[in-house]
Amino acid sequence: MTMTHMDANSPAHGSHPMPPGMLAGTAADRPIAGAGLPEKISVRNLEFFYDGYRALKNISLPLYDRQVTAFIGPSGCGKSTLLRILNRMYDLYPKQVATGEVLLDGTNILSPKQDLNLLRARVGMVFQKPTPFPMSIYDNIAFGVRLYEKLSRAEMEERIEFSLRRAALWDEVKDKLRQNGMSLSGGQQQRLCIARAIAVKPSVLLLDEPTSALDPISTAKCEELIDELRSDYCIAIVTHNMQQAARISNFTAFMYLGELIEFGNTEEIFTNPTKEKTSEYITGRFG
Amino acid sequence: MTMSNSATLAVPVGGLYHRRRIANKVALSLALGAAGFGLFWLVAILWTLLYNGLSAINLSLFTENTPPPGGEGGLLNAIFGSVVMTAVATAVGTPVGVMAGTYLAEFGRNTKLAEVVRFINDVLLSAPSIMVGLFVYEVLVVRMGHFSAWAGAMALAVLVIPVVVRTTEDMLKLVPNSLREAAAALGAPQWKVITMVAYRAARNGMITGMLLAVARISGETAPLLFTALNNQFWSADMNAPMANLPVVIFQYAMSPYEDWRQLAWGGALLITVAILLLNIGARLLAGLGTTRK
Repeated sequence: MTMTHMDANSPAHGSHPMPPGMLAGTAADRPIAGAGLPEKISVRNLEFFYDGYRALKNISLPLYDRQVTAFIGPSGCGKSTLLRILNRMYDLYPKQVATGEVLLDGTNILSPKQDLNLLRARVGMVFQKPTPFPMSIYDNIAFGVRLYEKLSRAEMEERIEFSLRRAALWDEVKDKLRQNGMSLSGGQQQRLCIARAIAVKPSVLLLDEPTSALDPISTAKCEELIDELRSDYCIAIVTHNMQQAARISNFTAFMYLGELIEFGNTEEIFTNPTKEKTSEYITGRFG
Repeated sequence: MTMSNSATLAVPVGGLYHRRRIANKVALSLALGAAGFGLFWLVAILWTLLYNGLSAINLSLFTENTPPPGGEGGLLNAIFGSVVMTAVATAVGTPVGVMAGTYLAEFGRNTKLAEVVRFINDVLLSAPSIMVGLFVYEVLVVRMGHFSAWAGAMALAVLVIPVVVRTTEDMLKLVPNSLREAAAALGAPQWKVITMVAYRAARNGMITGMLLAVARISGETAPLLFTALNNQFWSADMNAPMANLPVVIFQYAMSPYEDWRQLAWGGALLITVAILLLNIGARLLAGLGTTRK
């Protein structure tokens, strides 16, 4: 499979804003990717262990505010593991340990003192499979909001409309908010999950292969949505689809066997990677 | 099940495939025979019950108390007693069972304690109900010095608990972990994840379990013999012996009096129909899925 059509300015979605000063220079003398942009999350010397097995090895990278960062790499390379550290999802399970530092706005969220529920309210997550709760569309969204805010009826309705509009789902469901969320189609369910995550007003959105269970049309809608959300959130997306990474991300991190092989500006990663492994992977020679 | 173009797909006689077809037919006939054998007895029991019990069903069955031999009467006090004790037993046993089941499925996963609790619960689930009756007799009746409806209800509650624990745990385990993660990812603490998301997803199954537990205890005789005993008269006093359908059926069916035996048939039909309805209700609920509104 050739990947020549796969540059960042894919015709389907047009160009997206690239950080200034990022396009100059060859691979050899490339400046630090994203220099000058505010770092929302800084991962430093992160290691992760599943019951003693070292799944992530000394990972350090920044996640910039109001940018989309894509994580690519073959299955089992640790992309999802890394994402699940950023909201400490791994804490739900015993025998999983992370060491190193993950700074969110300067605070180390790996610290045992970190309140997990508050962290997760700030760092929203959308999963591979749509996971609507077995309740109405309205309650699906209100569930998360009610956890941390006391809103009047009108304010709640406003918030629900806001998040559904933001998730490009409002027009499809505005007349059936009382219907069960599970009655929606797969693509609608996934956008409901995105709306649900947005409703609690997080500043970071983690997307774990959000479109891998969706048909092409729903995928296109979700990608448009991510493109719009980029202006307000720090977004991290794990994807197996390299065209998708090229289309929607500003920065790309390529991981392999628990290591971060290369991190950089998406356009450069895809057109002029510095590492042999990266170039092999994006041209489809392995993975 | 014939193929339209069987000419081109001729079955090789004597081959492996041929033997498999014969083995399939033999296995299928044996399975059908076994199913028919089981169903025959079920139909026979229901038929006998309807044949003998229907004539005993009349208004006085529901409006009058159990009579002395030769007198006119019904089963009002026994029906009332059964309903009250079953209701109290369910009210006591269900919360305990739901909480224990929640512990097993949500908090105690992969812990030694949960394994022990689960094992003991399984033992309790299959324990003969007469043992439960004797246990409550020893613990409550002997200490109180008399039989009582409370003791009867407690014995039934002990039977409710393991059924509810089992179904609650099983139903909660069917709730996909992704749903719990999704709720936790919004910042929900574990107790909210359980009560607002997991319970909701498992609700129909849990209610089904409760209904099945009610169906199970409403026909229990042995534990009541040692605890609530029986009462010839109307009594709503939980501290006194109370009439109940199973024990009345037991006593009246064994009696030499024709009118008592007739009442026993009526009571048996009543219990059977009630349990049947409970089971159908449970089935409907379980099949309802999670659609609402």
